[in-house]
Amino acid sequence: MYKYDEIDQAIVDERVKQYSDQTRRFLIGELTDEEFRPLRLQNGLYIQRHAPMLRIAVPYGMLASRQLRKLGDIAKRYDRNYGHFSTRQNLQLNWPKLEDVPEILAELATVEMHAIQTSGNCIRNITADQFAGVAPDEVIDPRAIAEIIRQWSTFHPEFALLPRKFKIAVSGTKEDRAIIQAHDIGLEFYPDAENKMAIRVWAGGGLGRTPILGSVVREHLEWQHVLTYCEAIIRVYNLHGRRDNAYKARIKILVKALGIEEFSRQVEEEWQYLKDTPNTITETELERVAKHFTKMPYETLPAHDASFDSAVASNPAFAAWVKRNTHAHQQPGYRAVTLSLKTHGQAPGDATSEQMYTVADFADEYSFGELRVTHEQNLILADVKLGDLYALWEKARLAGLATSNIGLLTDIICCPGGDFCSLANAKSIPIAEAIQMQFDNLDYLYDIGDLELNISGCMNACGHHHIGHIGILGVDKDGSEWYQVTIGGKQGNDASLGTVLGPSFAAEEMPGVIQKLIDVYVRERTPEERFIDTVRRIGVAPFKLHVYGEKKKEAAHA
Amino acid sequence: MPNKSNLILNNAIVDDEWTLVTMPVVEEAVKKQAGKVVLFKLTGEATHNAEQIASTVIPSSGKILVPLSVWLARKEELAPRHANGELGIWLDTHELVEDLASAIDDINSLPLIAVHVERFADGRIFSIGNLLRTRYHYNNDLRAFGDVLRDQLFFLKRCGFNSYLIRADRSAEDALASLQDFSQPYQGAVDINQPVWRRVNRQIAPQ
Repeated sequence: MYKYDEIDQAIVDERVKQYSDQTRRFLIGELTDEEFRPLRLQNGLYIQRHAPMLRIAVPYGMLASRQLRKLGDIAKRYDRNYGHFSTRQNLQLNWPKLEDVPEILAELATVEMHAIQTSGNCIRNITADQFAGVAPDEVIDPRAIAEIIRQWSTFHPEFALLPRKFKIAVSGTKEDRAIIQAHDIGLEFYPDAENKMAIRVWAGGGLGRTPILGSVVREHLEWQHVLTYCEAIIRVYNLHGRRDNAYKARIKILVKALGIEEFSRQVEEEWQYLKDTPNTITETELERVAKHFTKMPYETLPAHDASFDSAVASNPAFAAWVKRNTHAHQQPGYRAVTLSLKTHGQAPGDATSEQMYTVADFADEYSFGELRVTHEQNLILADVKLGDLYALWEKARLAGLATSNIGLLTDIICCPGGDFCSLANAKSIPIAEAIQMQFDNLDYLYDIGDLELNISGCMNACGHHHIGHIGILGVDKDGSEWYQVTIGGKQGNDASLGTVLGPSFAAEEMPGVIQKLIDVYVRERTPEERFIDTVRRIGVAPFKLHVYGEKKKEAAHA
Repeated sequence: MPNKSNLILNNAIVDDEWTLVTMPVVEEAVKKQAGKVVLFKLTGEATHNAEQIASTVIPSSGKILVPLSVWLARKEELAPRHANGELGIWLDTHELVEDLASAIDDINSLPLIAVHVERFADGRIFSIGNLLRTRYHYNNDLRAFGDVLRDQLFFLKRCGFNSYLIRADRSAEDALASLQDFSQPYQGAVDINQPVWRRVNRQIAPQ
């Protein structure tokens, strides 16, 4: 993975110094709340319900073991011994003290980490496929360009104060796993007709209050131009995006208002001035950065391992874990492993300091000292030998990191919600926990099969509920918490936004509602058909009827 | 005792030689937001009315910094001042820099262009500075005024501004220091147009 040189290190060190001074000026009253707000936000510091929240950047989800150990140390020393991995592949601390943050940032800088631009109206952390570099369906490893974009976007002076936040995702696989259509800019890498690295540029996607899937602004962009092309898009947005209403300030609203043809025309016009200016990437720079993302020093192994095969054959629990939590790899004899942060009954995406240390040890022992954070809020060891899987599974079980539920109903994607976040309308973690307990039977979960359930505590949609096969949105009605359910959303190449089922439910009704949706699916599915495909085939109506039909009957009896 | 100047020009605090000309305030709210500017572009709706422009008082001598719309409407009257090098023009962040560029033969006949930022969080000022320097090749003084605070100065400098009128209740001396916040920025911008990888040899030393 990328390692800092003196220039990168100087930038994070200078940032620590600058932010320490900003905090000092705020604490002595030289900066008002309003003036300090964008400064702290651009350093990932929110003021939350109970305490500030600090969001630490994990660029495109990649972490080294020593970085994860440092995060564990920080969570232990400055927080309550745990952290929350977010849907933006970042790590959030829920309880740091505002005055400790400069010190935390200084600690982070010692392991080449920071919290720069993890919040605020600027270009945020770049997100990527968690299997970049190891996925069998990968056509181009996008990480070198992602790192170049990270550097370019860091303190980009023209885009320091945009109308609203700005998110970029990169993906270089056949099956999109980075939800590039739900980003302000999505960069889809592919080899073009001349077998050169090219990019299909998407813009104007986003979830939030007004969910919109992105549109293609340019089918074919040579990689050298990716920075100047992004500058053209963001300049049009910076000058013309709405600033009068925060809910209408994202680029998606501008793209929609202008129409994709007119928006693209303006971008292309702007780009004619920017094309070939000095931010055009050179071969030398790409090579320099790409050297940090070369293949791991893999052993030459056969595609099968006898000890692994016999363990799978003799141990059904291990076999289930292998099926759900390990993933095919480019390199024969290796698998990528998902360590589940979705233990039933615990807050999705949370990890204790001890778990962080344990995972760091796993990474050192089994996966070249590196790991990744997924936007589904789990951790990945990308390069594990088949012969090591059994030993890893046994240790991961002891650490509470081996729930065999990846991609299943209880692998719930969930924002921190009303327990922590001051934006939330409703709690989300207790809903996730209640659903996990309702379906706390692995055999039943395997029978239900692939199902993505996403929960957001408000319409800002940090839990990506619109693209969940089942989506749950916390809403506020007269000061009490209710939950609206959508079905039929999906991430990936054939992304779609879910359809609202009907009137919202009280918290205690939610496990029952999910149960009814599952009952309809189990009744209606054809062999091998996934939940999402059944919804797409039969539509929302049968689900609606089953959920609300009986509800009405119960009400009538009452 | 005269008031202490809060104007930074290049890297020093200097006295302001320019008199700021503003339009009389009117009751009706003016639409200033971007997004609506897109609509202005499409509908041709103006942000100021003719009466305001006509009744703007222009000092009869000295260097004057005049609103763009006043200059556009009263160009002939201001021509002698322009010829004498006594005319500077200022625009708001919701105004279009193209309107200035297309109305002037030589943008460098203006010794000063200023951009007014009403709220510091309005980052349109950065793109405006960039466009003036790189697209319209403006070489003279470019000033930011209004809600100008030290924490935006580094970005303003990188976008081509070389002069900053710091908000009256803040110290210009403190603000000067922030221009040095970062020693080696990553990306090319107006002030240093080469990105770091073109300025510095970043090759990894052989192990």
